[in-house]
Amino acid sequence: MEKVLFLILAGISVAAAINVIFQRNTLYSAFSLIAVFGCLAALYVMLQAQLIAALQIIVYAGAIMVLFVFVIMLLNIRQEEEQKDRYHLYYLSLPIGVLLALEVYYGLSNIQDVSVPGAAVGNAESLGQGLFSTYLLPFEVTSILILLAIVGAVVLARKERDIPLEMLDALEAEQAKNKQSGKSEGKENN
Amino acid sequence: MTLEMFVEWAIKMAVIFFLVLTADAYVVLLERRLLGFIQMRLGPNRVGPFGLLQPLADGLKFIFKEDIVPLEADKVLYVLAPMIALVPALMTFSVIPFGDKITLFGREIHFHITSVNVGLLVVFALTSLGVYGVALAGWSSNSKYSLMGGLRSSAQMISYELALTLSVIGPVLFAGSLDLVEIVKYQTDRWFGIIPKWNIFLQPIGFLIFLTAAIAETNRVPFDLPEAETELVAGFHTEYSSMKFAMFFIAEYTNMITASAMASLLYLGGWDGPGVSSFPILGPIYFALKVFFFLFLYIWLRGTLPRFRYDQLMKFGWKFLIPVALANVVFVALLALLLF
Repeated sequence: MEKVLFLILAGISVAAAINVIFQRNTLYSAFSLIAVFGCLAALYVMLQAQLIAALQIIVYAGAIMVLFVFVIMLLNIRQEEEQKDRYHLYYLSLPIGVLLALEVYYGLSNIQDVSVPGAAVGNAESLGQGLFSTYLLPFEVTSILILLAIVGAVVLARKERDIPLEMLDALEAEQAKNKQSGKSEGKENN
Repeated sequence: MTLEMFVEWAIKMAVIFFLVLTADAYVVLLERRLLGFIQMRLGPNRVGPFGLLQPLADGLKFIFKEDIVPLEADKVLYVLAPMIALVPALMTFSVIPFGDKITLFGREIHFHITSVNVGLLVVFALTSLGVYGVALAGWSSNSKYSLMGGLRSSAQMISYELALTLSVIGPVLFAGSLDLVEIVKYQTDRWFGIIPKWNIFLQPIGFLIFLTAAIAETNRVPFDLPEAETELVAGFHTEYSSMKFAMFFIAEYTNMITASAMASLLYLGGWDGPGVSSFPILGPIYFALKVFFFLFLYIWLRGTLPRFRYDQLMKFGWKFLIPVALANVVFVALLALLLF
């Protein structure tokens, strides 16, 4: 029963993953990727890692991919645009692919114990304990990294709206004015 | 897995599926009748006694309506969208507990299909998938009203999901578990032997945030901007007809029932009530009453409140609800630290 389920889920996820790459329509690619995440979540449940499964859906399928789909829908890219100057990147794909394959092989060859870990490994308690004791430093560093990324994104998005150089002088004068009026406005709002 | 377990699961799933869909149909009827009452008119009262067979007539009508697919629509996604909206909405009921357990034919029967140790997260995971149905429907219809509705809805659902998730940290902290059954069991205790330990008493702010965010998350009045009929015709499902439209309809009402069920599980003690410990069969009845109360509230709000403007909605979500929810997390954590 479990083997049959595993084969079905693994088959769907591999097929969907291949579809992500070969699909011409970007939106269909995105949805294939969501299907992959769904199948992976189901596989995690079969490994008794229910928390990881739920997080997989919440974080990847429910949050990150929503943004992807959003962007694709807003840009309305129906047909993949062929870009000639990107063809030289094809030569990079072979070494990178080989490197990745070697990495996967190395990772797999180190596995000795193939039994399913007990329910205690993947639950919220053990994950929380791990995150706030053994792996506290990586956890905090990651959170700072994400914060940096958010701040960086906001800064970059702001830069684009800047007024061209010719108008800088006028802008500075305006800013001085805005500061005063901004203060008074803020008071009104309060 | 033994055959007995399999049969038990199959029966439970069939029963819950039937109950949820029937409840959907009758919540629609209740809404129409109550809105009629609030607006001083009769509402549908012709089909059967008190109009009780109206849902049946509605269903038949949906099936026999012409199924229209716009010429320029993305056919695959257009057909897929209502399914994506409906399936996760119905799946949430696999982890929602309706009561404790009873002994029937020498077997312990639990009032839930399956108990997951992260039940709360599973519900959130499934409801977060619902946004795809709405966004896709809006995009694939190739109509500006649909697209506007779909985009609005996606932005709204993502924004209010934050406050919703922050507001449930309280009950989780108190119960020390993400399991919905455990969260309810914590609340079945009593203070001084009388007052139930329902989370609403110690976390009224969290409860209000949850309620507000849940109403926004289900796209209901006053947060029903995705289908604001005065500006967007019908929003994301403008182009849909027949059973495809009905599927969106069912998904919306199922999500309402889910939100009501979650509100009663997290803050009103779920199936807890007087006499449940000696007669566990009363549990589902109390639970149904609590869910009914929230559904009534939904309809009441719809009859009372006007719709938010889009910028008001965003401002309210990001600049008021989320900061308050964050402050509430700190408050609840302090409370948990002092009490336990």
